[in-house]
Amino acid sequence: MKKFAHKHLLGLEGMTREEIEFVLDTAVTFKEVLERPIKKVPTLRGLTIVNLFYEPSTRTRISFELAQKRLSADTVNFSSSGSSVKKGETLRDTVRNLEAMKIDMVVVRHASSGVPYFLTRCLESSIINAGDGAHEHPTQGLLDIYTIREKYGKVEGLRVVIVGDVKHSRVARSNIWGLKAMGASVSVCAPSTLLPAEIEKMGVEVFTDLNKALWGADVVNVLRLQLERQERGFLPTLREYSRLFGITRERLTLLNKNYTIMHPGPINRGVEITPEVADSPESVILAQVTNGVAVRMAVLYLLSGQQEEAVA
Amino acid sequence: MPKKKEEGFPRVPAVIAGGRIIDPTASIDKTGDLYIENGKIVRIEFNKLLSKKSIQSVGSHKVMDASGQVVSPGFIDLHVHLREPGREDEETVATGTKAAAAGGFTSVCCMPNTDPPLDNQENIRFVLEQAKAGFARVYPLGCITQGRKGERIAEIGDIVAAGAVAVTDDGSPVMDASVMRLAFEYSRMFGIPIVQHAEDTNLSFGGLMHEGFVSTILGMRGIPAAAEEVIVARDLKLLETFGGRLHVAHISTAGALELVRQAKKKKLPVTCEVTPHHLTLTDEEIKKSFNPNLRVNPPLRSRKDVEALREGLVDGTIDAIATDHAPHSREEKEVEFDAAPNGMIGLETAFGIVMTEIVAKGYLSLAQAVEKLTSAPAQVFGLPGGQLKIGHPADIIIFDPGQSWTYRASEGFSKSINSPFDGWGFKGKVTSTLLAGKVVYPVESKLEVVGLSPQDKIKLQVAERKKQKKRK
Repeated sequence: MKKFAHKHLLGLEGMTREEIEFVLDTAVTFKEVLERPIKKVPTLRGLTIVNLFYEPSTRTRISFELAQKRLSADTVNFSSSGSSVKKGETLRDTVRNLEAMKIDMVVVRHASSGVPYFLTRCLESSIINAGDGAHEHPTQGLLDIYTIREKYGKVEGLRVVIVGDVKHSRVARSNIWGLKAMGASVSVCAPSTLLPAEIEKMGVEVFTDLNKALWGADVVNVLRLQLERQERGFLPTLREYSRLFGITRERLTLLNKNYTIMHPGPINRGVEITPEVADSPESVILAQVTNGVAVRMAVLYLLSGQQEEAVA
Repeated sequence: MPKKKEEGFPRVPAVIAGGRIIDPTASIDKTGDLYIENGKIVRIEFNKLLSKKSIQSVGSHKVMDASGQVVSPGFIDLHVHLREPGREDEETVATGTKAAAAGGFTSVCCMPNTDPPLDNQENIRFVLEQAKAGFARVYPLGCITQGRKGERIAEIGDIVAAGAVAVTDDGSPVMDASVMRLAFEYSRMFGIPIVQHAEDTNLSFGGLMHEGFVSTILGMRGIPAAAEEVIVARDLKLLETFGGRLHVAHISTAGALELVRQAKKKKLPVTCEVTPHHLTLTDEEIKKSFNPNLRVNPPLRSRKDVEALREGLVDGTIDAIATDHAPHSREEKEVEFDAAPNGMIGLETAFGIVMTEIVAKGYLSLAQAVEKLTSAPAQVFGLPGGQLKIGHPADIIIFDPGQSWTYRASEGFSKSINSPFDGWGFKGKVTSTLLAGKVVYPVESKLEVVGLSPQDKIKLQVAERKKQKKRK
């Protein structure tokens, strides 16, 4: 039996196709659990998990929490906006205090890239990255790939376009690494001011013309446009953004048949995507949310160490 | 406390015997004996050398055996942060100069971004007063503008009269071109260079690291090379138009270097320095570890920039190697990358890095490397020292170019440990440092560090006692 030989899940960069497939296969069995009348298994009974959220989050936090509860783990939530420095206690002190209370795993979200790595250096627990700055959001990447695989039965050879604020998006980065590893062909499309430097070196095709980007694609992953980007001057107006980069029904005709529309949420309806596209049958936005719980259950299970015992 | 062996040593005539003596200004590079009396160099003998046997007894002279090692002028660092006054918990003039001595530096130029900043005569005098008990000569820089605010020029005349060797708002650039113009014009009266920390703070705003492929992967806000280059280009234009002298601090990009190269071709009075870390580390390092000790300003650049800087050293565009030794407290550095302050310490690793990365890899000869650390920086700020001249103070170091060693930040003399080179192995080590003929490194115990706070003294005394107990 294949094993998942990682203690932490920090990012999808460097993960192999075999590893990703193993996580997805594991998630398939957990998705079955979610369809039962009693959606709970004793897999992680006795394990304590802290959800450490230094950035506001609704769906990712709830998704993790649900996944943990379905697996019978004990969970503690710690939320704090504001930086650790302003709070008076450093991040390091906070997490070491938590660990002193005998914690097995930490799920962390933070506005600063690299914080999950920082935690691996000061803690013994397993660390799961629930989003660090604009760096990575690996469970989102995995659930996106899961959703694509679920629909097409494969990922290899598909053409995926990621549209929107690539520069500030951890979802984009995790998607690129994961999809590339799975053999998809990935392109990104954004206004030039929201394309990070040398992005093409990640092995993606780069577009600033949405119509060209969509031509012949199978999957469109629409990124959320944070409204503050306009305030910071990256964009002249949301109106112009919407006109140049909004996903509308007319533009969908450029896509291959049997296309798919994805969005990590929360959606700014009428900005990056029109309501009719978001709610169309080709949209798998809600399936992504359902799959998110299954994928996170798989990740929690595989990192918990329970897997080795099961194998033995 | 054991009685110091070196007590009164400056009064005792001494000879550094059998070392390879390198003095770049005099084009000397051969084995000889160097005689010291009253803290001054009195004779350098290349012909009638002391034999191994006679080394034990040369009349009343104390003998230091330097055979197999190199004897050179003490190094001069154009760019250090001694943090006094204001952040004595991170470094003091005493501990900083102690670290300097351990790294082979006998002169350091300290930056004025203290709290309060060195923007007036009184504060410059305070630093010089603290330096009297130090382990290296201290040459303070004053501020370009009052309070380092970049708005009104400081009392540069007074500052220079009090002993400052140059002016800078280091840590911040002078963003307003009209203020920079006035600074160039005004400084002409005093013949000192304006040292610019070249960074357009609008372009670099919020940036954590070099903008490029690595910042893209890490999702960190980048500091583009252009942030440095537009200020260097602007300053060179102002220099050409309004006169004065310009020294570009810690140059870090290939583009900025090229601008300086072209300006030097036009004979503009411009100089620049490079740090050992910008000559060695790239932005790739951050990807490996997210180590907050890699956060520095200017940021660690790309491999291409590092190569260009090395070439700039070779072709002479870069005048000097300077450390930008920037101590930060453990509490402030052991945080997430975003929250960490910029800067790394460098006095104790500079020579090891230069030997291992620049000399051993064939960019500079040993003598050329010594020049970039001695006479060349002396020339930039017009400092004494940097050469082995008869009648001059014996600021001399002895180093072993073949000695391999491992740097441990926690065992260093700086008060701070924020170095990304912790645990690195180097080949080439300073073995003795003499300041006006007195051995300032190595010394028997850290207790000899003067100017320590009472708390630090107690800590060190406890540590010493523990050591003694162990010996028993």
